[in-house]
Amino acid sequence: MQPVNEMKLEFLSKSSNEAFARVVAAAFVSQLDPTIEELADVRTAVSEAVTNAIIHGYEDETGTIRMVCRLYERSVEIEISDEGKGIEDIELAMQPLYTSKPEMERSGMGFTVMESFMDRVKVRSKPGEGTTVTLYKTFSSAERPRKKQEK
Amino acid sequence: MDIKFTNRGSTLIAAFSGELDHHFAEYVRNKIEREVIKATTRDVIFDLTGLSFMDSSGIGVLVGRYANIRKLGGKAAIICSNGRIRKILEISGVLKLMPVYSELNDALRALSGA
Repeated sequence: MQPVNEMKLEFLSKSSNEAFARVVAAAFVSQLDPTIEELADVRTAVSEAVTNAIIHGYEDETGTIRMVCRLYERSVEIEISDEGKGIEDIELAMQPLYTSKPEMERSGMGFTVMESFMDRVKVRSKPGEGTTVTLYKTFSSAERPRKKQEK
Repeated sequence: MDIKFTNRGSTLIAAFSGELDHHFAEYVRNKIEREVIKATTRDVIFDLTGLSFMDSSGIGVLVGRYANIRKLGGKAAIICSNGRIRKILEISGVLKLMPVYSELNDALRALSGA
């Protein structure tokens, strides 16, 4: 399926970019006329994925995080990737309350929050090469008439 | 992100406003910690009413502070009316540690044991 719109963004793994990334994602996704709640779901999930890339992917180093958003008729696919250290055991990392950094007071709930607020979360990772998290969500705007026809 | 403190007897009320994410987690943690260790503080109420955004980084902050408050013999409660933030508190198990109220008076009453 071809996306109706797409954007790509690259930014440094600085914590001040967490807010930037979630605001940009929400602004782009708002073209699909989602509800305020759905938009907040996207902001929360993006914030979790970007935070993971900063804390776990790059740890104390600064690297590049890439975010790709693809809009379809009524759904969005958001890919957030880093070229950081990767995840050894994805299944373990996705367990609720599991964290590799308890000393940093990480709650271990990042993936669980992503899964709760999005329809589907896909994680691909290779130790030493990086991680890509893809978030999928279909909006209820599909059931409401669109405000304006796309040109 | 801002945090303001008021005292009601030995209860410290920490009122959050803005967006709480990983970027602000350490700032908030240090600010609360300084107040919690004061001899005048026993119980703590985290008032999240003014937060427009919180992700799981906020959970780490709350649970970490809760552990310290308990160590010092105090109790803690949360005030939250935002549905999404409440859902994050729920799925992360925070509601099992601290009761959540919609109104400050309810939280104060609960902590005083009335």
